Amino acid sequence: MSARRLAAEQPASFAFRAEAMPEVERQLAKFPPDRRASAVIPLLWLVQKQEGWVSEPAIRAIADMLGMAKIRVLEVATFYTMFHLEPRGRHHLQVCGTTPCALRGAEALKDVCLRRIGKKFVVRGDGAFSWEEVECLGGCVNAPVVAIDDYYHEDLSPDDLEALIDKLAGGETITPGSARGRQTSAPEGGAETLTDSALYDGSLERPVKLPNRPENA
Amino acid sequence: MSKIMIDGVEIDVPPDYTLLQACEAAGAEIPRFCYHERLSIAGNCRMCLVEVKGAPKPVASCAQQVKDQRPAKDDALPMVFTSSPMVKKARNGVMEFLLINHPLDCPICDQGGECDLQDQAMAYGRGGSRFDENKRAVEDKDMGPLVKTVMTRCIQCTRCVRFITEVAGVPEIGATGRGEDMEITTYLEAALSSELSANVIDLCPVGALTSKPYAFNARPWELKKTESVDVMDALGSAIRIDARGEEVLRVLPRLNEEINEEWISDKTRYAEDGLKRQRLDRPYVRVNGKLRAATWDEALGAAARALSGDANKIGALAGDLACAESMKATLDLFRALGSPNTDCNWDGAKFPAERAGYVFNSTIAGVDEADAILLVGTNPRIEAPILNARIRKAWLRNNARIGVVGPRAALTYAYDYIGAGPQSLRDLGAFARALGDAKKPLVVIGAAVFARSDAGAVLHALGALTLKRNGWNGFNVLHTSAARVGGLDLGFTPGAGGADARVMLAGGVDTLLALGVDEVDLPARGTVIYLGTHGDRGAHRADIILPGAAYTEKCATWVNTEGRVQYGERAVFPKGEAKEDWTILRALSARLGKTLPYDDLTALRAKMIADHPTFGRLDYAPGAAAGDARLGATGEFNAAPFASPVTDFYLTNPIARASMTMAACARAAAERASAKVAAE
Repeated sequence: MSARRLAAEQPASFAFRAEAMPEVERQLAKFPPDRRASAVIPLLWLVQKQEGWVSEPAIRAIADMLGMAKIRVLEVATFYTMFHLEPRGRHHLQVCGTTPCALRGAEALKDVCLRRIGKKFVVRGDGAFSWEEVECLGGCVNAPVVAIDDYYHEDLSPDDLEALIDKLAGGETITPGSARGRQTSAPEGGAETLTDSALYDGSLERPVKLPNRPENA
Repeated sequence: MSKIMIDGVEIDVPPDYTLLQACEAAGAEIPRFCYHERLSIAGNCRMCLVEVKGAPKPVASCAQQVKDQRPAKDDALPMVFTSSPMVKKARNGVMEFLLINHPLDCPICDQGGECDLQDQAMAYGRGGSRFDENKRAVEDKDMGPLVKTVMTRCIQCTRCVRFITEVAGVPEIGATGRGEDMEITTYLEAALSSELSANVIDLCPVGALTSKPYAFNARPWELKKTESVDVMDALGSAIRIDARGEEVLRVLPRLNEEINEEWISDKTRYAEDGLKRQRLDRPYVRVNGKLRAATWDEALGAAARALSGDANKIGALAGDLACAESMKATLDLFRALGSPNTDCNWDGAKFPAERAGYVFNSTIAGVDEADAILLVGTNPRIEAPILNARIRKAWLRNNARIGVVGPRAALTYAYDYIGAGPQSLRDLGAFARALGDAKKPLVVIGAAVFARSDAGAVLHALGALTLKRNGWNGFNVLHTSAARVGGLDLGFTPGAGGADARVMLAGGVDTLLALGVDEVDLPARGTVIYLGTHGDRGAHRADIILPGAAYTEKCATWVNTEGRVQYGERAVFPKGEAKEDWTILRALSARLGKTLPYDDLTALRAKMIADHPTFGRLDYAPGAAAGDARLGATGEFNAAPFASPVTDFYLTNPIARASMTMAACARAAAERASAKVAAE
């Protein structure tokens, strides 16, 4: 991580789109009027959802909306690395590079990103993609993991990732989850233990003596 | 009270004391960087670690209270150790971490010699560094014309952030990023807009925020320190003047809980370079329409000739920076000459005769206790920023409700805006009840109100409010001039049948002696004798210029807006041929054959005290003991809205107007204002 700064080029202004307003209102309504500042993180998320990144005019706009000092919003926006302070591609890939994913082939995924998208944090020429390496995404059991936009894509081989990029480039929707068809983090090809059906039909039930249980109960 | 054992000694302290305060009360020294008595507690420097018996780890003593400690085994008192081996090791470690990213640039750092980090590294640091990696470097930030930043030196104590947010009330500094990349900055590196901004320089425990005008000027041990009193506003803040040779290099605040706590305004701190520019360092006499340098003999001779005419046709005015001694000498001289024409209210103000009618009766420290505050015709933020910080404190800590009748301004606290002009005093609405119900109501009237034609009616309306409580008088006048209360105490007002300032400024006298009157145009007709320090408005008009001493160059008496008499001390000598003001008047009196009956300052002060006993009690604000004043008379209100007499905070007097630093501040403020207008 290096010092996070606002982008050199900034748009002239920011305003929430009309369709974002119900969600903005919902977030604001969660907090009492004198604690509006608590909505700063949800609102920054909504900004990022709308624009793809958090611009300086957006920081000012949120400060005005919440009655906060601008510097307070800037503090929050620069503190959390998940708020992008520079424009991102239409699709942003976060490649987990922490040990379990690295052991399971994240290095190869990074190579795919380098080849197909370019350098980290640099938006591809057509504006479609950007990527970064992040610390543990918490999906180690399905390593290697890449978060594409809002969803995790797991168990990825380099070919899987290329296919996902191709699909996105072609405008198709992609399905999140394991690329190898695992149900969440269950074993590949179905359960391998606790498969005996007798476990579930009640035939193995035994009386259990509980301490402090009244006699004959 | 709670009992606690500190280093084996039992002490009894209030339960809400922090461990740090308790340790200090027990006489133990606790090092700290982030903790500051007047700011909220951050607990992020970890330097104040102590050992608490039973706690598994060292405890940040600034962040735990005595009442939160549980008893030790067998109900023994909680035990705290401040110098055990564990504490020593912990502080050693903290210091090592702090120094990891701190540059070794003490030889070129302005904080050197008065640096908390330097001092504490001597006491708690390791001899050498074990850190082999690259040190972090941080880009410097622009914080305006006063605060110089070297952000690599910053240890992220966040004192500056807390001061600007809490005390100054202008949340502009913040800490962006996190961890190693945390940086202190203003939003988009905008200049600080607070009038108290430079206090962050004093607060900064390292050399990250230092003084820009004073950069690379001197080392603290080279300076001669003189404890004195500020004259930039009427509060009389306690200051320390640091001088080297004949040059005042800087002004720092001095602790005075009664007035400025430990803050001073930017003008107090930085107008000092105005003492070196535009100075009148020799007498001048106007010959054929042009000012010509003259000797003292010529100038005093000319002044004596001008003053020796008809006593009813000579007059004297005192400006904002006139000390009590010079006013006393002028007054005695004019009365000896038989002239009743003296006035210290150059703005035409008419104050009540009783002292309680023109001083700040609740005292400045009393503002802390007020629970309803009405500001009438004043903008304390630019007239007295230190007082404004007090009002903000009352608003924050005491939940004081604040009402404003007068200019609508950003005052750093929320207020009920009642109206712009005196008409709104007829009906204060809900605020009248707030004042009536208040335990300690406070009304602050700007001194400019007294210069209005309807001053009597305004005072009458305010007199109808019940502002008295037991031992509390809530009627307060906020002056903007350091000289005014002293002048009023001395009776430097028109004598029986005498001309007042309006008459004199309109050319009602043939010879006018002006003691540093620079805020108004002096009359074009007649002879003007100007006794002052700077080539400002008054000197431009003058026919005879007698160069006097600025507040740093004389031992002088000042009376602040509370009626508190304080002595300012001389830090350097007057410039060139200039003399202390009262000695000039004493020499002039000899020329006029009315020699004043004092040959030295002690005799002058003795006479002053004999004639005006209030000058006999130093550093004493009478408060409610000042008694009662009869306030105003019924009359018609004037339709004009109230206005603050201060239009530009940074340029209120000749010293500030001669200062390059103040000019830069004024320019920055003007740019900020025009940018704001453009944005709206």
